Amino acid sequence: MDLCPLIKNILLLDTEGKRVAVKYYSDDWPTNSAKEAFEKAVFTKTQKTSARNEAEITMFDNYVVVYKFVQDLHFFVTGGENENEIILASVLQGFFDAVGLILRGTVDKREVLENLDLIFLCLDEIVDGGIILETDADVIAGKVASHSMDDGAPFSEQTITQALATARERLTRSLLT
Amino acid sequence: MAQPLVKKDDDRDDEADYSPFLGIEKGAVLQEARVFNDPQLDPRRCSQVITKLLYLLNQGETFTKVEATEVFFAVTKLFQSKDIGLRRMVYVMIKELSPSADEVIIVTSSLMKDMTSKTDMYRANAIRVLCRITDGTLLTQIERYLKQAIVDKNPVVASAALVSGIHLLQTNPEIVKRWSNEVQEAVQSRAALVQFHALALLHQIRQNDRLAVNKLVSSLTKGSVRSPLAQCLLIRYTSQVIRESANTQAGDRPFYDFLEGCLRHKAEMVIFEAARAITELNGVTTRELTPAITVLQLFLSSSKPVLRFAAVRTLNKVAMTHPMAVTNCNIDMESLISDQNRSIATLAITTLLKTGNESSVDRLMKQITNFMSDIADEFKIVVVEAIRSLCLKFPLKHRSLMNFLSNILREEGGFDYKKAIVDSIVILIRDIPEAKETGLLHLCEFIEDCEFTYLSTQILHFLGIEGPKTSDPSKYIRYIYNRVHLENATVRAAAVSTLAKFGAMVDTLKPRIFVLLRRCLFDNDDEVRDRATLYLNTLGGDGAVVQTGEDVKEFLFGSLDIPLVNLENSLKNYEPSEESFDIYSVPREVKTQPLAEKKAPGKKPTGLGAPPAGPPSTVDAYEKLLSSIPEFANFGKLFKSSAPVELTEAETEYAVNVVKHIFDGHVVFQYNCTNTIPEQLLENVTVIVDASEAEEFAEVASKPLRSLPYDSPGQTFVAFEKPEGIPAVGKFSNMLRFIVKEVDPSTGEAEDDGVEDEYQLEELEVVAADYILKVGVSNFRNAWESMGADCERIDEYGLGPRESLAEAVNAVIDLLGMQPCEGTEVVPNNSRSHTCLLSGVYIGNVKVLVRLQFGLDGPKDVAMKLAVRSEDEAVSDAIHEIVASG
Repeated sequence: MDLCPLIKNILLLDTEGKRVAVKYYSDDWPTNSAKEAFEKAVFTKTQKTSARNEAEITMFDNYVVVYKFVQDLHFFVTGGENENEIILASVLQGFFDAVGLILRGTVDKREVLENLDLIFLCLDEIVDGGIILETDADVIAGKVASHSMDDGAPFSEQTITQALATARERLTRSLLT
Repeated sequence: MAQPLVKKDDDRDDEADYSPFLGIEKGAVLQEARVFNDPQLDPRRCSQVITKLLYLLNQGETFTKVEATEVFFAVTKLFQSKDIGLRRMVYVMIKELSPSADEVIIVTSSLMKDMTSKTDMYRANAIRVLCRITDGTLLTQIERYLKQAIVDKNPVVASAALVSGIHLLQTNPEIVKRWSNEVQEAVQSRAALVQFHALALLHQIRQNDRLAVNKLVSSLTKGSVRSPLAQCLLIRYTSQVIRESANTQAGDRPFYDFLEGCLRHKAEMVIFEAARAITELNGVTTRELTPAITVLQLFLSSSKPVLRFAAVRTLNKVAMTHPMAVTNCNIDMESLISDQNRSIATLAITTLLKTGNESSVDRLMKQITNFMSDIADEFKIVVVEAIRSLCLKFPLKHRSLMNFLSNILREEGGFDYKKAIVDSIVILIRDIPEAKETGLLHLCEFIEDCEFTYLSTQILHFLGIEGPKTSDPSKYIRYIYNRVHLENATVRAAAVSTLAKFGAMVDTLKPRIFVLLRRCLFDNDDEVRDRATLYLNTLGGDGAVVQTGEDVKEFLFGSLDIPLVNLENSLKNYEPSEESFDIYSVPREVKTQPLAEKKAPGKKPTGLGAPPAGPPSTVDAYEKLLSSIPEFANFGKLFKSSAPVELTEAETEYAVNVVKHIFDGHVVFQYNCTNTIPEQLLENVTVIVDASEAEEFAEVASKPLRSLPYDSPGQTFVAFEKPEGIPAVGKFSNMLRFIVKEVDPSTGEAEDDGVEDEYQLEELEVVAADYILKVGVSNFRNAWESMGADCERIDEYGLGPRESLAEAVNAVIDLLGMQPCEGTEVVPNNSRSHTCLLSGVYIGNVKVLVRLQFGLDGPKDVAMKLAVRSEDEAVSDAIHEIVASG
C-alpha cells in the first residue's frame, strides 16, 4: 500500500472554516477534535491566499495540501509529504469540476447544502479508503447523476445533463418543502 | 422531542446564511427515520432523511450504539425499494455506520443479490459495501463473484472489485492472493483506472517476492501502460527494483531508459514522477540527472502553482547532494522568490542558498528575513543550515550572516531550531576567526534568556574554551556568573566549570574568579558546591595566587580520550582492593562493528502484521543478550549471527523470524516472535525443533518465553551442540507451541484459563555460509599476493544453464556468504565473462580469499573457475566442498 498514491482526506469548508462536507480516509486524525484542529489549521494557513484561478498548494505538518476556492467554498485535498503533488491536484480538479457539473455551474455553499446528497455520493465515487477511484469529472458526475433517474428507465437513454436537471429539481424541491 | 431545537448559529442573519439544515437536531432526525419502516416507502422522503443523518455524522455528531443499531436496521428495510437513487444513499449510509459483525448478517443477502444484479451500478457499489463491512468469514462465500467482477467488462465494477481487493489484502491475504490470474488479466484492461487498480493489487500480492516484482516490472516497462496513474505506479515499482538490485557502480543502470522515456510522456503527473524518481536514484550521475533537471526547470515557469511547487521541492532536494546540477535553474529560481505562494518562495530561497554565489548573498538575506516568520520550524532549520554552509563558502560575508543568525536566535522557536542556530554560530566561530568575538557575544546574550538547559550548558562549555582566548575575557564573566544566580542546578554547575576555566587561563582575572567561586560554595546543590570546591583547590584559591600548572590545565581542558562504554565496563569490573583503579588500564579501542551487519535495504516492515524490528542486530548486542542467559554463557565467543530469516509469511497471526548464532561448538537459534492478534495473550511460548535432518546437531537447551502479549515482540531460544570447529549443516523443522489466552479488548485483561496450541513454522537451514563472516579487504590484489599460493586450491565447475551471468555470480556469492570486493559483484550488461573477488573469515578465524572467474559456455551454460587462498589448506578445501555440494 505504501507505494500506491493515497489520499488522506477531502475537505469542503466555508469561508469561516466550518465544515460543509468532509471525508477522511486515513487514521491520522482519530477523533473529531483532531479532525477539526486539522481543518482549522488548513483553513487559517490558506485563508489569505488566492486560489480562485489555479489550484494552490501548501505543505505543513508533513502533509501536502492542494486547494481551490470558489464563491464561499474552499476545496482541499490532502496527501502524505511524499505524495506526487500533481496526482493530488488531479483529484482536487476532478472533485471541483464534478461538483460544478452536478450543480450546473452555480457552485456556492447554499447550492451545495441543498444538494448535499449528491456531494456525498460524489465524495464516495472519487476515493475509496484512500485509493483514487476516478479523477475524470465527467465520469464522476455521470456516476452521481445516474442515480436520480426514474425507476426502470435505462439510463443510457438519458444524457447527463438531463439527469442532472431532474436530480437538481427534485432535490431542491424535496429539501425546501 | 420532535420539536426542532436550534443548536448553533441562531443569532445569524437568516438570509445571508441560509441552510436547509438550519436547526437540525439529532433526536428529531432519528424520529424521522421511522419513515423507513413504512409499508409504502416514499423514496424521496427517505433519501432526504438519509441525507440529514449523513449530514449529522459529517458534522461530527455521534450515534450511541443503540441509535446506530436502530438506524441500521431501519435502513436495511430500504432494500425493498427499487429506487436507484435511494439505494445509492443506502450504500453510503451502511458504510458510514460500519455495522458490527452480527448486524452485517442482516444485509448480507440483500448485498449479495445486488452483487449479481444486472445493473452495473448495483454490482459495483454492493461489492464496495460488502467488502468494507465483511469480516472475512463471508469472504469465501462471495469470492467467486469477486473474481468474476475483477474481469467484468464494466470498468466501474472491475475497479470496485480490485480496490476492495487492495483493502482486503490487509486482512485476508491468503484469499486475495488466489485472485492473481484475474488480476493479471485486468492489468491488460483498456480502461485506464482498471489498469491502475489492477497493477496496484497485483504488486501488493507479489510484493514479498522480489523475483516476481522484477518480472512484472520488466514486462510492463516494455509494453504500453495507458493510464497515467498506472504509469506513475510503474515508475515507483521500477525505482524500487532499481534500489534493491543495487548495481550502482558500473555500466548502465537497468530500467534507466524507461524512466528517461517517461520524461516525454504527455501527462504531467507521469513526467514529474519520472523526474523525481531519477533524482532519487542511489548515486545518480550528472549525466543521468540532466534530462530530469531540464523538465523540472520547465515546470518552474509553469502558470500552475502545483507544478512550480513540485519542481522546486524536488530541485531543492537535489541541491543538497548535487548543487552544481541545479545552478542552471538559478534564474528561474530567483524569479520564484517573489512567488505569491510562500512555500514555493521559501523552497526557492533555500535552493538558491545552496547554489548561489557571493554577490547574491546580501540580496538573498534581505528577502529571507521577511520569510522567516511565516514558515515552519523544519523549513527554518533548512534555511539556517543553508546559511551556515553559505557562510563557510563565503567567509567575507560573515557579518551579515552572523547578524541574521543572532536575530533569528532571539525570536520564538522550538529546540531543534534553536539548536541548529547555535550549532551554526559555533561552527562559524571556529572556522572564521573574525567572526569569533561577535559570535560569542551573541551566544552570551542568548543564554541570558534561554529555556533549554542542554543549549545553555553547551554554550557555557564552549565559552570556557573560547572566551579566555579573546582580547577582553573579562566581559564574558558577567554573563556566566549571572547563570549561577538564575538557573537550574545543571546550568549552574556548568557555569562554575566555565568560571574555573577563565581563572585557569587568565591570571589577571584569577583573584576575582576566586571570589565568585567561593560564593558558589553556599549553593544548595551538591554538584555545584563540589565543583566549586574542587576548582578552588586545584587552582590554589585557598592560598596565594600561583601560576596555573600544566597538569591542572590538562585536567580542566583535556578531553577524555577513552570511550565511555569501556570506562563504564572497567569500573563495573573493578573490585575494591589495595590497588587503586588505574584509568590507563581501560582499553581505548572502540569495538568495531563487523561489516556484515549492514541493514538490508528494502526489508522495511510493511503493513500491520509485519514483524517489528527485533533487538538491535549488531553482534555486540547479540553477544550481550546471549551471555546474559545462563544456559548459553559457557558457549564461548560468538562467531557470527545471521540476518533474521522469516519463518512465517508476512501478515499472518504470529510473525516469527529466526537469527542463527554460531559458536565454536554450538548453534543457538533465536526466535523473534510477534503476536499480531489483539484478542490473544500467548504464554509459555517455545519452539519445538525437529532436527532429524540435521544429524550432527543435538539439542542441549531451550529457553521458553514466558509471555507474549499483542504487538510486543519477544524471544525464545533453542541451543544445539555440534562437533567443534566443524561447519556442520542441516535442516530443522519448527513448531511454535504455546498456551493461548483470550484477552478482552476493552479491558486488556486476559482470561485465567488458556488452551494449548501449536502453529507450524517454516523450515530453517544451517548452511555453510553461516560459518563464514563477511569481512572485506581494501586492496584485494595485495591481500591475495601476501597470502601466497601455499594453500591455494583451484578447480573448475560447470554451473549448467543459468538465467544470466549476473544471476550465476549472485548465486555463488550467496552460497559462500562472503564479502564481494572492489565492486566485482556487478556484472556489466552483455558481458560474456566476469571475474568476482570475495573475502571473508572462516570459523576458527581463518582468513579466506576467493577469486571466481565466470564464463559463458554456449548460449546459457555458465562455467566457473574457483581459486581459493587461505591460511589453512583444510579451509581452502572446505570452500571447494561448499561449492561442489551447493
